[in-house]
Amino acid sequence: MDFLQFILTLDSTLRLSTVLLLACLAGLFSERSGIVDIGLEGKMLISAFVAAAIAYETGSVWMGLAAGMVASLIFAMIHGVASIIYRGDQIISGVALNFLASGLTVVVGDAIYRQGGQTPTLAGTARFSEITLPFADAVRDVPILGPVYSELISGHKPLVYVAFLAVPLVWWVLFRTRFGLRLRAVGENPSSVDTAGVSVVGMRFKALLITGLLCGIAGAYLSTSQAAGFGKEMTAGRGYIALAALIFAKWRPIHAMGACLLFGLLEAVSNLYPNINVFGLFTIPVQFTQTLPYILTVIILGGFIGRAMPPNAIGQPYVKER
Amino acid sequence: MNELPRWADVVLVPLINIALAFIVAGLVVLAIGQNPIDMVYFMVKGALGSTSSIGYTLYYTTNFIFTGLAFAVAMNAKLFNIGGEGQAAIGGLGAALVLLAIDWPHWTLALPAAIIGAGVFGAGWAAIPAYLQAKRGSHIVITTIMFNFIGAAILGFLLNGLLKKPGQQVPESRSFSDGAHLPNFHEMLQPFGIAFNKSAPANISFFLAIVAAILVWLLIWRSRIGYEIRAFGNSPGATLFAGISSVRVTIIAMLISGALAGMMAINVVMGEQERLIKDFVEGAGFMGIAVSLMGRNHPFGIVLAAFLFGMLNQGGFELMWEMPEISREMVLVIQALIIIFTGALVNMTRDPIEKIFLRLHNKGAA
Repeated sequence: MDFLQFILTLDSTLRLSTVLLLACLAGLFSERSGIVDIGLEGKMLISAFVAAAIAYETGSVWMGLAAGMVASLIFAMIHGVASIIYRGDQIISGVALNFLASGLTVVVGDAIYRQGGQTPTLAGTARFSEITLPFADAVRDVPILGPVYSELISGHKPLVYVAFLAVPLVWWVLFRTRFGLRLRAVGENPSSVDTAGVSVVGMRFKALLITGLLCGIAGAYLSTSQAAGFGKEMTAGRGYIALAALIFAKWRPIHAMGACLLFGLLEAVSNLYPNINVFGLFTIPVQFTQTLPYILTVIILGGFIGRAMPPNAIGQPYVKER
Repeated sequence: MNELPRWADVVLVPLINIALAFIVAGLVVLAIGQNPIDMVYFMVKGALGSTSSIGYTLYYTTNFIFTGLAFAVAMNAKLFNIGGEGQAAIGGLGAALVLLAIDWPHWTLALPAAIIGAGVFGAGWAAIPAYLQAKRGSHIVITTIMFNFIGAAILGFLLNGLLKKPGQQVPESRSFSDGAHLPNFHEMLQPFGIAFNKSAPANISFFLAIVAAILVWLLIWRSRIGYEIRAFGNSPGATLFAGISSVRVTIIAMLISGALAGMMAINVVMGEQERLIKDFVEGAGFMGIAVSLMGRNHPFGIVLAAFLFGMLNQGGFELMWEMPEISREMVLVIQALIIIFTGALVNMTRDPIEKIFLRLHNKGAA
């Protein structure tokens, strides 16, 4: 493998990690506040559809992005009403919302466009275009650093930069602000937050609000940046991989970026080199590379590499004492 | 009195919730400019209108009884087994390996062997998450989800390699021997002079599913281990003091659950396809969650709910011909809404109904 090929693999990794990273950070807010979110997949899917449809109808990708975020937010709020107000089971609610997104996107998409659930192909301003960073062309011929800057760092869609810039921001919010402190407390020990006079219900709804918006960006990225339009079931399990990355990262933002880059790299490698031959001895099947994120997560969860401790109060509805 | 009377809890609340789910589904149909009454009519006709439709409905019902029972057994121990999908896939692999191994002379011999194959493989696939939950405290929801993906990958890998029928591109195994053919409803009913569609896939596995439902009822409500499972589910702390091993209960409940999910493959792989194909589970594992929820984790309720979901599934297929404007995924929307209203939002209707009953009760007392 020569150097440029290596750079191109990493370039593909960044593009594929973006959607995982956005969804993973989304899940981080929900789970840190004590609410399990199996429904990342569904929120991304509904957003991907709405974003593609609105971008097609208006010709503006930004309108699409906004609409996708609203759609994802509505799903997050249904999850909130079910699990915060009505003390419903958070896993059941998440599973149901995933089903609902799978069904609704195709039923509505097919009714409007009659293309078996797809939206028409997006072109021009209905899609995000690449951003070329300054001097990218000027330094292209500089050895090593040239390709790294002009191929790897420059020339991505805007949401790629949004996702990676969100990481330090999320870290700062979570560990350096009063909101972050309360958010973490509400996931670990909600009654202590309640005693301090902060509304547990309010905190959890705020967390789900952020989850909804971030999942919305992730979904919109899929259909308007990575692809050119919505396709049936286009999230293809990425919501679950993001969930796996969140556990892998032990619910920490910087580590989440690492986990998403690793899982993105695995996806890039399985796309570019389906069957890897190891020294002519044996072949690593593509199914193995694709499944490695799940296997690694099970190993981490089993406590075989460190210990993955979820927030203490996760999954439990909070009932105020009377 | 703080609790609802039993009839309200078991019948009234679920009926109101299902009605709500259908009302919202009706609104979705109206929103895409179609008539919901017509849709219901064509779906019921498509599910029950002929012996062919009934045959398909019962075929799907069989799948959902197995996966619903699988979810329910684990749920009675408060274990969330979302891995029915993967356990069914690996169960299918077990059944197929048994059926491919020898030329079976007759189905009466092949069926028990295939049941063991499917059950053992399904249980084995549930055993690892069960162990990780019981011994290492890893959350079973996440591990079973991960195992769904790993199971599908294993099946894909084997069907593209070792198990692939030589000389073809499609990822599927060669067909089982004729002796492994399970009698379908046509063949079973013919001796009694009852005509039933020849090509409908419902087969003897349907009765196997009913037997499984009865056995699960006996196991959970009439046996010692069943008592331990329910006790552990209701109060893990109390069972600890009663000397019931949480590790034992977790693992046994999950093994039974995995075996039941695996048996779903008997119906599809052995009864209908007569060969192992990729993605044969088609979401039935996930649908088991909805079936079990609607059936309140009780075998009797599960059989009824499985029949309703079987009708929905088959009716949805027929809808494609009668009302092509409504895509088949409408079934998924209806099923999702049923899970939301009977599962996640159950307290939304329960709380007010409880209040009404409390008021009535207080009036009666005064």
